[in-house]
Amino acid sequence: MEKVISWLDARFPLTASFKAHLSEYYAPKNFNFWYFFGSLALLVLVLQIVTGIFLAMNYKPDGELAFASVEYIMRDVPYGWLIRYAHSTGASAFFIVVYMHMFRGLLYGSFRQPRELVWIFGMLIYLMLMAEAFMGYLLPWGQMSFWGAQVIINLFAAVPFVGNDLSTLIRGDFVVGDATLNRFFALHIVALPLVLVGLVAAHLIALHEVGSNNPDGVEIKKNKDPETHIPRDGIPFHPYYTVKDILGVVVFLMVFASVLFFAPEMGGYFLEANNFIPADPLKTPPHIAPVWYFTPYYAILRAVPPMLGSQFPGVVGMGVAVVIFFALPWLDKSPVKSIRYRGPKFKIALAFFVVAFVWLGILGVLPSTTLGTWIARTLSVVYFAFFLMMPFYTNPAKQGGPLGLWAFLAALIAAIGANVNMALASPIPYVTEVLFAVFVLSFIPMAMFIKGDTAKQEPERVTDK
Amino acid sequence: MSEISVDGSKRRFLVAMSSAVGGVAAVGAVAPFVMSMMPSARALAAGAPVEVDLSKVEPGMLFTAEWRGKPVWVVNRTPEMLAMLGKHDDRLTDPNSDNTAQQPEYCKNPTRSLKPNFMVVVGICTHLGCSPTFRKEVGPADLGADWPGGWFCPCHGSRFDLAARVFNGSPAPSNLVVPPHKYLSETKLLVGEDQKAA
Repeated sequence: MEKVISWLDARFPLTASFKAHLSEYYAPKNFNFWYFFGSLALLVLVLQIVTGIFLAMNYKPDGELAFASVEYIMRDVPYGWLIRYAHSTGASAFFIVVYMHMFRGLLYGSFRQPRELVWIFGMLIYLMLMAEAFMGYLLPWGQMSFWGAQVIINLFAAVPFVGNDLSTLIRGDFVVGDATLNRFFALHIVALPLVLVGLVAAHLIALHEVGSNNPDGVEIKKNKDPETHIPRDGIPFHPYYTVKDILGVVVFLMVFASVLFFAPEMGGYFLEANNFIPADPLKTPPHIAPVWYFTPYYAILRAVPPMLGSQFPGVVGMGVAVVIFFALPWLDKSPVKSIRYRGPKFKIALAFFVVAFVWLGILGVLPSTTLGTWIARTLSVVYFAFFLMMPFYTNPAKQGGPLGLWAFLAALIAAIGANVNMALASPIPYVTEVLFAVFVLSFIPMAMFIKGDTAKQEPERVTDK
Repeated sequence: MSEISVDGSKRRFLVAMSSAVGGVAAVGAVAPFVMSMMPSARALAAGAPVEVDLSKVEPGMLFTAEWRGKPVWVVNRTPEMLAMLGKHDDRLTDPNSDNTAQQPEYCKNPTRSLKPNFMVVVGICTHLGCSPTFRKEVGPADLGADWPGGWFCPCHGSRFDLAARVFNGSPAPSNLVVPPHKYLSETKLLVGEDQKAA
C-alpha cells in the first residue's frame, strides 16, 4: 500500500492534497450546529447528480412522451419511484440546506472581508441552483411545469425593447413547447451541473485560502504557534470535523428518508398536485404558485404594481431581491462579524428580515388577494430596508439621535395601519395608500438620524461555548 | 553569445492583434449556437389558420380552439352580456381599444369584434401568459358585486370584461389580443387570417 501511495505521490500530489485540504487543514475548534450545512449541501449535490443520471436513463425529453416517461419511471422501472422521489425531495432539501447555510453567513458575518469571494461564489451557486431547479421542474411536463415555465419565461418578455425576442430565444418557439422542454433538459442535465460543480470547487478553494469563519468571528490564521505555524484555535478538519459532519449526515438522512418514504410530495409543497396532470397549453390550473423555495421572490414580483403599462418593475424588484445579497460584504459597516458581539440594532434588523422572508414565502404560495398584496408590499419594503439601511444601522461611528427611533415607530405604525385598513370589511379609500407612503418615506429620516449599532469587543481567541 | 533583445512594443502589438482577431473569431463562433436556439423552420411554418364551426357555440358559451399552440376563445355573447359592456368604461385601462397592437383595425369598436355577439380573442393573459378563467356570472361572491362578467386570471388576479378589456388595477398592462380572423360563412370562422386578405 505504501509503495502504491509513494508511486502515486511521485506523479500526483495525492498525500499533499489530502494534507492541505483535510488532515492538515485547520478549521476553528468552535463550530456549532450552523456549520453542518456546508457539507450537507455537498452531500445533496452528489445525491442529485447520482439520482439525476439514473433518471435520465429512462426519461424522454419530448413533449409527447415526457409525462408518460415520468409515470413509467414511477410505476414500471424497478425502484424508479425511489430514484424519482429522491431527486424531487432532494431539490427541496437542497434549498433548505442552502438557506440554512446562507443564514449562518448572516449570523456570523461569514461574507465579511476577507471572505467576499467565498460569498460571491456561494451566491453564484445559489443563482445556478435556482436556474437548475426551475428548468428541472419543467421536465415532468405536468400542468405546473408548463404554466410555471410559461409565467417565468414571460418575465423576460417584460424587458424593454428586446423582451419578446429574448423570451422567444429562451423558448425556441412562440409558445412553451417541445423545443423548450428539449433545451431545458440539455441545460438541466449537462450545462448547469458542470457550471455548478465548477463553482463549488471555486467556493471551496477560496474558502481554504482564507480559512473558515466561526461563531466568534475570530480570524484563527492570525494567531499561529510561532514554532509549528499551526493556528492555536484550529483543529485538523480530518478527523475532527469529518466525524462531526458524519453525525450531521446521519441525522439529515434520517429526516430525508422520512420525507422520501412517508411524504415525498410534502402535501403539495415539494411536488404540486396539479403536476400530476399532463401539460395542457389551453387551460391554466385554477391556482398556480411556484415551488416553495421561490415563493418569497414570487411574492415580491406580485407585490410591485405595473408602471407605465409594463410589468418590468416587478421583474426588476424580484431580480434585485436575489442579487442584492451579492452586495452584503460592502453594506455591512460593523467592526465585528459575529452576531454575538453586535449590538441590538443588527439583531432587530435580522429578525425583521427573517420574518419578512418567511412571510413573503407564505404569501407567495397563497392566491393573490388585495390584502395579501398590501402585506407583501409592506414586507418587500422591510426586505429591501434590511440591505439598504445596513450601512447606517451597522456603523458604530454613525451619530444619530432619537429621530431615527421616531421614524422607526412611525414606519411600524403606518405599516400596521395600512394593513389593518385593508383587512377591514370595507377599507377606507386612499388610507392604505397614504399610510404606505408614510411607511416608505419614514425610512429616509431613519437613515439620516439613526444612531449606529453598538458592538462589543471581539475576543482574541475563540470561546468555548 | 550575443544578447537576445526583446522588442517590447512589437510583442504588445502582436498580442493585441491576435487577441482582437481571436475575439472576432470567438464572437463569430458563438453566433451559430445562439441562432440555433431561435425557433426552427418547422416552428415558423406551424401557424396555419384554424376553422371554427360557430353553429356549435351556443349563446353564453365559450369555445376554445387551438391556434399556434395558444388557446383562442370564441364566445357567443348574449344580448344581456352585450348590454353590460358600456357600463364600466371608467374602470377600464383602455376602454376604446386605443392600443393598436392588441386588435386588428376592424375590431377597434365597443364590442372588439366583427359581429357584436361573437368575441374572438387569444386566451393568454397579457401579464405573464396564464390562461384566464371564464367567469360569465354577474357579481359572484369572490369577485365582488360589481363584477360584470368576464375573465379572471388565476395566476395574478388580472380582470377582464366580456370584451376582454382589462380593468384598472390589474397586473396585466393591456387588453387581451384579438387575433386576425374572418368569417367564411354565417357559421364558419377562420382564425389566423385577416378580414381584408383574400
